[in-house]
Amino acid sequence: MVANPKMNERENILGRIREALSVPAPVPGAHSGEPPHAVSECEAATHIPEWLPRVGSTFEERLALFRTNAAELKADFVLLDSPEELIAKLREIAAAESWKKVATHSNALTDGACDALDLPVLRTDNGYDPRDMETCDAGISACDALIAQTGSVLVTSQSAGGRALSVLPPHHVVLARREQLLADLPAAFALLKTKYAPGYPSLISFITGPSRTGDIERILVLGAHGPKKLTILCV
Amino acid sequence: MTPAASQFKKNAIALTADLRHRALIRTALKKYEVVRDDKVSRFQNWQSARQSAAEIKWDAVNHLDAHLIEFARNLEARGTQVHWASNAAQAREIIIGIIQERKAHSIIKSKVMTGEEIHLNEALEKAGFDVVESDLGEYIVQLRHEPPYHFVFPAMHLTRGEISDLFSKELGTASTDSPEELTMIARRVLRDKYIAADIGISGANFGIAETGMISITENEGNARLTCALPKVHIALMGIEKVLPKLEDLALFLPMLATAGAGQVMTGYNTLYGGPRQPGEADGPEAFHVVLLDNNRTQLLADPEQRDALHCIRCGACLNVCPIYKNIGGHAYGATYQGPIGAVITPHLRGLQQWKHLSFASSLCGACTQTCPVKINLHHHLLQSRRNAIAQKPVWWEKPLFQGLAFLFNHAGLFSLGMKLGRIGQVFYPLVKGTRLDPASAWTKSRELPKIAPQTFREWWQTRK
Amino acid sequence: MKITLFIPCFIDACFPKAGVSAVEILERLGHTIDYPKELTCCGQPAFNSGYWEESRTTAIKVLERLKATEVVVIVSGSCGAMIKNFYPELFAGTEHEEAARTLSAKVYEFSDFLVTKLGVTDLGAQFPHKVTFHDGCHGLRELGIKQQPRKLLSHVRGLELVEMGEVESCCGFGGTFSAKFPMISTAMGENKCGSALETGAEYIVSNDSSCLMHIQGLLDREGKPLRTIHLAEVLNHR
Repeated sequence: MVANPKMNERENILGRIREALSVPAPVPGAHSGEPPHAVSECEAATHIPEWLPRVGSTFEERLALFRTNAAELKADFVLLDSPEELIAKLREIAAAESWKKVATHSNALTDGACDALDLPVLRTDNGYDPRDMETCDAGISACDALIAQTGSVLVTSQSAGGRALSVLPPHHVVLARREQLLADLPAAFALLKTKYAPGYPSLISFITGPSRTGDIERILVLGAHGPKKLTILCV
Repeated sequence: MTPAASQFKKNAIALTADLRHRALIRTALKKYEVVRDDKVSRFQNWQSARQSAAEIKWDAVNHLDAHLIEFARNLEARGTQVHWASNAAQAREIIIGIIQERKAHSIIKSKVMTGEEIHLNEALEKAGFDVVESDLGEYIVQLRHEPPYHFVFPAMHLTRGEISDLFSKELGTASTDSPEELTMIARRVLRDKYIAADIGISGANFGIAETGMISITENEGNARLTCALPKVHIALMGIEKVLPKLEDLALFLPMLATAGAGQVMTGYNTLYGGPRQPGEADGPEAFHVVLLDNNRTQLLADPEQRDALHCIRCGACLNVCPIYKNIGGHAYGATYQGPIGAVITPHLRGLQQWKHLSFASSLCGACTQTCPVKINLHHHLLQSRRNAIAQKPVWWEKPLFQGLAFLFNHAGLFSLGMKLGRIGQVFYPLVKGTRLDPASAWTKSRELPKIAPQTFREWWQTRK
Repeated sequence: MKITLFIPCFIDACFPKAGVSAVEILERLGHTIDYPKELTCCGQPAFNSGYWEESRTTAIKVLERLKATEVVVIVSGSCGAMIKNFYPELFAGTEHEEAARTLSAKVYEFSDFLVTKLGVTDLGAQFPHKVTFHDGCHGLRELGIKQQPRKLLSHVRGLELVEMGEVESCCGFGGTFSAKFPMISTAMGENKCGSALETGAEYIVSNDSSCLMHIQGLLDREGKPLRTIHLAEVLNHR
């Protein structure tokens, strides 16, 4: 009888791995016979931005790319000039969709905007009942970044009111600031490191467009399980 | 022939004769190729991206022990329980143990290919739990009691009409031919399940060693909900899924999206680094990661084919495979279909039982050409053929190829053979199409070529 | 240049015109042809079937006979790929590995040889027909031959090239695969023939006679008027 079978399996697996790796494998791209060059992970990583889709260097170019990507993804992206305009836009959406209740979390951007809606608000900060959130017409959250290269919104469980707020209500409204618009994915991962490491939030999510599926005849349908609509209001 | 091989042949005969099925798959995958080409062209350098991805995966797989130790240590440091399973039975036992300990009953699952591999649903149902698949395609095939047809597009073989009939029968909904309405039916049914579920089970596309996180790629948001609402989250992942660094995802996420479905980015790419942390609004109380070997170390031990463990399960090789396009995903009888399935299944489940998959290829190389991590797929099929034959030659093939080698090495005999063949082909029509036809495998659908009145070497002789 | 021509077994036996055309074209360009008539097959059937030992028996003879040559031209993408790409794998770790590599470096598929090595694209050919081109997979993906045959065809007088849909899809031949899994092979071939027929072409041209053997076999069975022809024959047509 082994004292700790769980530990034993760990050692068994690692043992098999080490035994297997005692015979080296040719590096990728090398034809047999060519002297194998050492793969340097750092080297590969430094070039990644050069392989990925091109992003312009100016703010305007990033903005234009984000806008194009968002449109292709069927996300609504609106650039606003002031917090007042943002509130007005949010009220306009709330009226157009007849919102009766919204879910949000406490944040410099969301607080003012949600208070101005004059609607019942569920705040996730101190815990909530998912059934209650299910009755909300929209989830309004802040974010960590917008990524021009992919049209993605980067959220975490710390920055965007937990795990469910951005996926449970039928409409996810993201409030962002212009300076949060990043060029590309490598920049987004760099931001995560500087902002959070080593105490990362338990969830980090790149949201790229509203929830979608192509599972029926490869035909695009929005709102498979998550939000049918994604609106990004950037001030 | 092994049972798996004869079943495969039977399936292939039936499915290649099903023209409707062939047209359905071809049409679906043509759409894929168009959008994929568009997204590939947006990369500044897709070929270099493939090379970098292959190199990062090479590093990950060839230092797997170190990366796994780091991965597990970092997960555990944030309150995640890491379990190690050498085989399917152990993995099932671990998962069932966790659920029983919580006295839980209802389980919501997002797509888990390793779950299919270990037949997790059957085990959970047998243990008395209520399991629901939440990915729309997976939900549909679960209702049909069938395995996924494609590991990225599980219900690709079904028309909206068939899905509507299925929903009417199983859920009592009105029939509709709108994919949108059908999707909304599933959305409504599954919403309740997420909220009521005690346990969420997911897979993992990547494990990040440096930070101790798993990464899940999905479009629907079903995995997001699966990992948000239930009190316990269990993730089952193959040991080969680790990447060294967090920023490696900057390359792998867009490549997976592009290769897999022709997207710039998949809808949700989410990293999970632990259960709900202090100060967070929600999330599971407990997070378990189950690391599964299940013969992956066997494949690792073959340096020639080790790169098959680089696979990110994007499904691109299936999408371009002319075999897959003509027989579809169910014909394989294996968890992983298409070229990558043909390469890894013999390692995971036995070479002699599954070698037929490596022979069922024209070696066209479309898979290798498209693979985002540059797995040398069609060469591996050749190597598996060699390994299978070296272990156990076919009794009549061995002398045949020995005889041919002798013939080829004696040009005079070869010439004589051609002359005899010319005489033989005069009489061949007598047996053509009968049971005595020695070329029936060819002539059932094709005319045989004829030996020319003057062969090349005869012509060469005449001009001297 | 003294060019050693490797004529694969099935071209020798069933499609000699492809080989004859290649000889005539290369001689017209002023080269001397060496035909090693003691060679018949590259060993690919055994190799693809898993019988590497038997394949080596055949391939060693090829290695030895072609050792002292200047350049080797093969009128088949598939056999070209076998010698160029698969011989080094077949002989890896054996005493012949070095020889396999040396040979690999001087082997060319016919169209690639004309365009890349000789820099010739116009052979003065005339072929007043509408044709479509089928890329053999080994030529296309193992050897990277795509533009070479098209460049050559673009200079053929009277020839109209119409590309078919899914042009890079395999025709389904695959050597012994066509006999081991005839149903899949046939289904793939039906798709290929369908794409070719849709172009309205009179001929399917290819640099690989093995694909054409399979495609022609299907077309004949179906009684379709579309004909197959090797690229060398088109280029030699005047």
